[in-house]
Amino acid sequence: MRVGLFIPCYIDAFYPDVGIATLELLERLGINVGYPLDQTCCGQLLANNGCQKDAAGVEALFVTNFAGFDAIVGPSGSCVYHVRAHLDAIPQTPQVEKVRRNIYELVEFLHDVVKVDAFPWAEFRHKVGLHTSCTMLRKMGAGTASEIDAPFFSKPLDLLRKVRGIEFVTPDRPDECCGFGGSFSVTEEPVSAKMGYDKVEDHHRAGAEYIVSADMSCLMHQKGCAERLGLDIRFIHIAQVLNGSAA
Amino acid sequence: MRPVDHAEASSRFIEAKEHLEFHDRRLWDLRLKRDRETHGIPEWEELRNLASAIKEHALSHLADYLEEFETKAKSNGAQVHWARDAVEHNQIVYDILSAHGTKTLVKSKSMLTDECDMRPFLETRGIKVVETDLGERIQQLDDEPPSHIVVPAVHKLRADVSEVFVRTIGAEPGNNDVHYLAETMRQNTRPYFLNADAGMVGANFAVAETGSIVVCTNEGNADIGANVPKLLIVCIGIEKIIPKLEHLAVFVRMLSRNALGSPITQYTSHFRAPRPGTELHIVLTDNGRSRRLGMKDFWYSLKCIRCGACMNTCPVYRRSGGLSYGATYSGPIGIIIDPTFDIRKYSHLPFASTLNGSCANVCPVKINIHDQIYKWRQIMAERNQLPLVKKEALRVIGHVLSQPRLFRAAMSATGLALEHLPRFAIYNWLNPWGRQREVPVPPKQTFRSWYLENRKRP
Repeated sequence: MRVGLFIPCYIDAFYPDVGIATLELLERLGINVGYPLDQTCCGQLLANNGCQKDAAGVEALFVTNFAGFDAIVGPSGSCVYHVRAHLDAIPQTPQVEKVRRNIYELVEFLHDVVKVDAFPWAEFRHKVGLHTSCTMLRKMGAGTASEIDAPFFSKPLDLLRKVRGIEFVTPDRPDECCGFGGSFSVTEEPVSAKMGYDKVEDHHRAGAEYIVSADMSCLMHQKGCAERLGLDIRFIHIAQVLNGSAA
Repeated sequence: MRPVDHAEASSRFIEAKEHLEFHDRRLWDLRLKRDRETHGIPEWEELRNLASAIKEHALSHLADYLEEFETKAKSNGAQVHWARDAVEHNQIVYDILSAHGTKTLVKSKSMLTDECDMRPFLETRGIKVVETDLGERIQQLDDEPPSHIVVPAVHKLRADVSEVFVRTIGAEPGNNDVHYLAETMRQNTRPYFLNADAGMVGANFAVAETGSIVVCTNEGNADIGANVPKLLIVCIGIEKIIPKLEHLAVFVRMLSRNALGSPITQYTSHFRAPRPGTELHIVLTDNGRSRRLGMKDFWYSLKCIRCGACMNTCPVYRRSGGLSYGATYSGPIGIIIDPTFDIRKYSHLPFASTLNGSCANVCPVKINIHDQIYKWRQIMAERNQLPLVKKEALRVIGHVLSQPRLFRAAMSATGLALEHLPRFAIYNWLNPWGRQREVPVPPKQTFRSWYLENRKRP
């Protein structure tokens, strides 16, 4: 199987370490990974602002870049979800359908496709609060949302439990949205920031030294909030933890 | 007309720290109570499927069921009126009241009458309208609309309620005891109940096969208002129809559990026929509902049973308050309903959401609320309801993102800007982001350039 590595624009620009960890992790697991150099973005920013029609060119480029791979893997739930659920500003050719069908967020790829049972190289001796983004939790089935009465499961937690030395803490509202929400973070800045403050304070009260998430965009927002509040709490992407970063 | 500015209103709401924290905590507590109560019902998800199916069936056969309801209601002795819109609704109500020489109307909670702006219409024509639901009465006395469809004054602290009662109904200053406040309101309202010429109730459900209406309340006010005066008017939005009495069993099991986390409301009252010597009038009101029923992506919103659970779970609603939506319906359900009344005025509301989806998960009739919010955003863009600057910026971004070379150029410009511009300039540029958050520090190289150095074979 040949996997196309999808590194969303904001990870490319601001969090190269997350991209590197994702690539190295997939390589360690013996997966043949390619990174199309002409990739830009999935178009989610435009679509979530109502301008999906302006994203037709972006969508077409995405498909051109990734149609040749058996699977596409990206370390960002909402971007992957956008391709899977909404990439329809362009005609739905068999090629487009193939790309949309075969794209995975990193956690679900490791959990559901590769079915990784150990990360022998990974050790993380810290108290961790897990943040599962709303897109992954409520739209991609990465776990059970607290408002639904179903047996508890969490794919990111399943993976993190295989990391040596890791300890988990649980905030009062583990799956309340952190308030990032893409452009919501700037158009609805007052509520967004308040939600972010509440989120990081909740984790801090629970004793988290790190907030770990599979969605770096949530962490970008939460980190900005925690720094402004002067809270002693750090942030790391799940790919980095699983790849053996001891932080 | 300027669109409602939710962000601006929410910033004022957030400034009142004590109110904000109370509001968030109180509504989150309702969410938790709802979780406990619904998770105790093993077939809850099955009930949601059933409730949704019943509503979809009723809505897709609405004309038939409405006619069946009318026939049955008439044979029960009720008088049935049809109102196309708010203007007709208010006129019909006024005509009934004035024909009876009504001076005072006692009414229980109805979102429909708020939607129609009925109170001012009647009051300017000399009819005194008294809200009898405690929360609605507080809001009426304070001259504010309800901020929540189930708990209308939830944004007020008890000190605020006391202040309103001191100012309007002669309560003792400084006495914030809830029992005292409730008793003060009760003493104030009782004479209106006893002396009113007419009562009015809304309806939670209208049953087609029996021609009866069902009202679910906790305070008993609707029952006194309906049973004391000689004239009763029931105002119903046409989407409240359910086909059979047996269907009610599904909804009654869900409504209060989902709304307040209590197994059932204190009162579930069925009104079928006028008491001897009295009149019962039923006003069936459309006010945009049939038009919404014809909207491919949005007709499911008519399934709503007004439990308010989507508001309680919504992290944005809890931190901005119902009044910040500037509409009769607030929170997630408001975002998808309000634009059908006025697309310009409510054009910003679909953006007052993080699309987190917990609203759809708690919805007892499985309305895909967050999907509809996403669709409304596309419609706002298509109908030119986005701010021009934003629309133009997104068009340019779309172009840049579709051209790898332009994208690379833009990326390096971003990095340079963040590294070299002084702090205040960055914060002006990324203005809203930096107001209460730190900006991410750009790394030395992008992932792509790292990849070219470390992986790309020559």
